[in-house]
Amino acid sequence: MSKFRKDDGKELPPISTASLPDIVFMLLFFFMVSTTMREVTLRVKMHLPEATELSKLEKKSLVSYIYIGEPLPMYQKTFGKAPRIQLNDQFEPVESIQDFIIAEREAREEAEQPFMVTSLKIDDNTKMGIVQDVKQELRKSAALNINYSSRQRTER
Amino acid sequence: MSKKIPEIPAASLADIAFMLLIFFLVTTTMDVDSGLRRKLPQWVDPSELENDDRINERNVFVVLVNKNNDLLVEGDYERVENLRERTKEFMENPFNDEDLPEKEPKEVPYFGEVMVTKGVISLRNDLDTKYGTYIAVQNELVAAINELRDEKAKEKWGKPYDELDEEQQKAIQTIYPSRISEAEPKGKI
Repeated sequence: MSKFRKDDGKELPPISTASLPDIVFMLLFFFMVSTTMREVTLRVKMHLPEATELSKLEKKSLVSYIYIGEPLPMYQKTFGKAPRIQLNDQFEPVESIQDFIIAEREAREEAEQPFMVTSLKIDDNTKMGIVQDVKQELRKSAALNINYSSRQRTER
Repeated sequence: MSKKIPEIPAASLADIAFMLLIFFLVTTTMDVDSGLRRKLPQWVDPSELENDDRINERNVFVVLVNKNNDLLVEGDYERVENLRERTKEFMENPFNDEDLPEKEPKEVPYFGEVMVTKGVISLRNDLDTKYGTYIAVQNELVAAINELRDEKAKEKWGKPYDELDEEQQKAIQTIYPSRISEAEPKGKI
């Protein structure tokens, strides 16, 4: 008759983990729905400028992207350090923007074509010369809706 | 009694789900794409370009950005921080100043006859201007017009411009048009 007797049979039952998969699946579905896969791999350095008067790009399917910036270090051996234009997955000369816009246009339905937007993702440090050339090409191919991609500036 | 098929163990289900979850966690990008929305002017052939529609000197708000990212507004140096105020003053011209743009009466729905400014903002940059500076300047110009529209909307309907319906927004757009012309850059300014 010891005082320190274990009160066996009264131990806490282990927490059931049967619902764990359900919880994980719930999280999984959330991320699957909210995720957007990157369509292209960036080949240029990208540090977007900051602005306050932003408007959101509503219809992602109507947006085509043009990236401009200094090539990433691993491409600098072949392409040099001067800012380059990236369309889809490769570097392209300015002249191929017109073809790119035509191809983008053909991929959309005709009724939606007037609402297409070209999003210009341009690095902060790029000189305006190349940007101006791109803009002229866009005007020539009548892609007049543009969006200068930028980040929200946090108020000081 | 027939042989019972043993139950498939479900203990590894959580692990599999975790693996998928981690994959999606890593690949996901939550950022919403946003930016400054602008509309480019129609392409005109340089040979067809005529320079006869001269705009009166006082109606043009000249903003120049040089290759050192300095700002020249209407002939004097300016800082980006002050650009918004200058632009608002130009577009509004509250005291009908001689140096600020002319106004013309226009019939606007909801407002009746309003004096609408004829001012045009002309932004010109050097080929070596940094893109970041260019966007900062563009942002200030757009912000100035947005602020004016917001003020007008609050004065008339007591709510910000964004919350008005389409007709009302159109009316305000006629009062404060967003006329930012981007001339082609010169090599040197």
